[in-house]
Amino acid sequence: MKYTLNINGQSRTVDVAPDTPILWVLRDELDLVGTKYGCGIGQCGACTIHLNGVPTRACMTPVSTVGRMKVTTIEGLAAEADRLHPVQQAWSELDVAQCGYCQAGQIMTAAALLRDNPKPSDDDIDGAMAGNLCRCGTYMRIRAGIKRAVELNAGGKEATQ
Amino acid sequence: MSTTTLSTPVSRRDFIKLTGLAGGGLALAFYIRSGGEASAAERGSSDFTPNAFIRITPAGAITIISKQPEMGQGVKTSLPMIIAEQLEVPWEAVTIEQGDFDAKYGSQSAGGSNSTPNNYDNFHRLGATARTMLVEAAAQTWKVPASECRAVNATVVHSSGKSLSYGQLAAKAATLPVPAEGAVRLKDPADYRLLGKRFPQVDSRKLVTGQPLFGFDVKLPGMLYAAYEKCPAFGGKVVSANLDQIKRMPGVKDAFVLEGNGIVKELVPGVAIVGESTWAVISARRQLRVTWDEGKVAEQSWNSYVAEARQKAAGPGDKVLRKDGDIGRAFAGAAKVVEAEYLYPFISHASLEPQNTTAQFKDGVLEIWSPSQNPARNATAVSKLLNLPEEKIKIHLTRSGGGFGRRLSSDFAVEAAAIAHRVNGAPVKLAWSREDDLRHDHYRPGGIHFLKGAVDAQGRVTAWRNHFFTFGEGGSPGSGGSLSPDEFPGRWIPNYQAEQTMFETGWPMGPWRAPGSCVFSWVIHSFIDELAHAAGRDPLEIRLELLGSQDEKPGSGGPRSAAYNVARMRNVLKFAAEKAGWGRKKYPKGSGAGIGFHFSHKGYFAQIAEVTVTREGQLTVDRFISVGDVGAQIVNLSGAENQVEGSVVDGLGVLLMQELDIERGRVVQSNFHDYPLIRITEAPKKIETYFLKTDYPTTGLGEPAIPPVAPAICNAIFAATGKRIRQMPLTKTDLRWS
Repeated sequence: MKYTLNINGQSRTVDVAPDTPILWVLRDELDLVGTKYGCGIGQCGACTIHLNGVPTRACMTPVSTVGRMKVTTIEGLAAEADRLHPVQQAWSELDVAQCGYCQAGQIMTAAALLRDNPKPSDDDIDGAMAGNLCRCGTYMRIRAGIKRAVELNAGGKEATQ
Repeated sequence: MSTTTLSTPVSRRDFIKLTGLAGGGLALAFYIRSGGEASAAERGSSDFTPNAFIRITPAGAITIISKQPEMGQGVKTSLPMIIAEQLEVPWEAVTIEQGDFDAKYGSQSAGGSNSTPNNYDNFHRLGATARTMLVEAAAQTWKVPASECRAVNATVVHSSGKSLSYGQLAAKAATLPVPAEGAVRLKDPADYRLLGKRFPQVDSRKLVTGQPLFGFDVKLPGMLYAAYEKCPAFGGKVVSANLDQIKRMPGVKDAFVLEGNGIVKELVPGVAIVGESTWAVISARRQLRVTWDEGKVAEQSWNSYVAEARQKAAGPGDKVLRKDGDIGRAFAGAAKVVEAEYLYPFISHASLEPQNTTAQFKDGVLEIWSPSQNPARNATAVSKLLNLPEEKIKIHLTRSGGGFGRRLSSDFAVEAAAIAHRVNGAPVKLAWSREDDLRHDHYRPGGIHFLKGAVDAQGRVTAWRNHFFTFGEGGSPGSGGSLSPDEFPGRWIPNYQAEQTMFETGWPMGPWRAPGSCVFSWVIHSFIDELAHAAGRDPLEIRLELLGSQDEKPGSGGPRSAAYNVARMRNVLKFAAEKAGWGRKKYPKGSGAGIGFHFSHKGYFAQIAEVTVTREGQLTVDRFISVGDVGAQIVNLSGAENQVEGSVVDGLGVLLMQELDIERGRVVQSNFHDYPLIRITEAPKKIETYFLKTDYPTTGLGEPAIPPVAPAICNAIFAATGKRIRQMPLTKTDLRWS
């Protein structure tokens, strides 16, 4: 089946089986490999993307259900190419990652949190991030990263580089 | 040394010979001639490549090659930092490239926290040697003594003020002989600009923007996708499968049976499905029906072994690991005797990136892209299996989405190579599902320890007996299932006896982060706490007394025996106690502090946990203090702290919830819904990390911080609630109190 999708603001047409999870459409068909496979059952959050801004598990979202919804992946999170979203900037500054495999999913979840709740409490942070596993155990830095992103946002500073 | 000698290629055979002689760490001389392509004329290039790790072009581009596999431990950043420090180049100006598997780099195995200690000294010298040559190039250009020149910021400056950039000097430096080791001066650590400071990983930007780095991200033109179904029971063989039906499914290119080579760590029998996309392969696999011959291993279950161990616990072990003094007499004359059973299950590595490898067999050459911790083992295994000379095998290292020891095994790479060999032509990406990963891991072995300890009337520990039940195959325990005769407190307690009984199984086992130490420390330091409590002693005081006043305990010899620097341990222990306010702080009921320490992987760690347990049994780690002594120099402070914090979270996660049930020779759990990992909500509220700087060699941090985590937390739970945790995971113990 042919599907025309809105991926990171661009119109992309793919020819895949209707039950194909958008995860594999992104990775295999569109070469957007930042969205990761970790479990395939929505338990780990490594495949988190935004559908119309809502954090969604790409591994459990068949392409046939996406329609014209706006798909945002880690590759398209920053408002402009060659710039970083404040969450990406904070993650980079604080060296949050170890292996980094889960971090695209963490960043996508954190970005959605901060959009809805620009000054989250510690409990808000833990609550929002509870669906994203990090096997390396970088949770302390994920908390710190979100707080740093709050600062970057509050400063009204455009993330650079 | 002449440039001709430098460019002599090192064959893999030479490499093996050299590593054999050097016993792991390689001599600098090897690196100096390895990959040395200093002769500009010979190469038709003006690049300065004084060794296999450094390249400076006349345009001033500076590249440092990282040879070790990167799996999140940070070596792709930290090891090149050492070269950059000595080379006197600004860190921002350096490009770091991941090296492929190549004999010219020496050992590329990343395990045992050895990447840093095995490479630290040589990497300093490699950077300093190149810097010395650039200074010499400038001195010769200016016809001044080299002593009047110094290197700074990728530039050589003369005392008169004139300067030449490294780029300008590259062509000249490339014609110079490599100086003798004695002619190269290392920087004074007081002048370090990079080492000991915090730097984000070199791949930070790629990681946060989702650029391809991992094995799972490899994509090649014309690439096919593969899955490999193995028998759920370990060691099972394929009897038949509905291959014809599978081959007719949409997007499927082929389906076939591989027989396996009889080596569980390499290739076990199974059914391969090759298709045009990941989803085509997954969809086809759902229709796959295989009849298995499950074999003898399907008769083995964890619960039966536990029951058998309990029956045999009081009897003698099959093997006496250590026998000092007379435990019988000591128990008879003791003021107090404590007995306890400690049990921990098999667990999985569960790296978040499942195992995978891309391979292509074309024109007699097999090319592999693999997230491996040990590419040399892959080369050997693939060479033997496919009867290909190693020269016909080319291995690229990708980033690994977590390692923890799992990727020291070769199975996923060998499977991919075997499938690609059969496909012959197109590249094939073999991707394991999470279920494959959990059910076909090489597991951390479980174990059961039956302990008996004694204290005398003065509260001193006088006797210790451990009957340890472990698991193995082929007559020896699995990785991490061997208790060293020297394991603390052996060597310290006058009447000490450690015995071992091993269950022979067909369950695959492999190294899991700090093998052995990660569980033995929990058993030992929990039981020391039990003895302290029985004696009415303070847990810190009894430990310091136990360690004693002798500064070093020599090893008893043999494998897994190492000298133990008691002074280093005493210092980290005392420092942790001071930071925690040990003995000065009062905790309300339901809160408390616990302590543990461990020496492993050349590192000394003491840790203290402060916890709260609600009346309803909810545990929170309020504060966790780690103090480590890994020698003279922390390389990248950001990476070092991250490793320790990660170890604390990992150690807590294992304690909280990790457990596999093995029934009828297979793993019951299948994915993160029934094999949960720790989440952010369960992570400690606060982690503090301290490093004591000592005069000892710089060593690694991937592992030594994890062993004392679980005992520190369990001892804190006891202090808070009076409940002693003798079984992992914590879900087995009701923590409610009133």
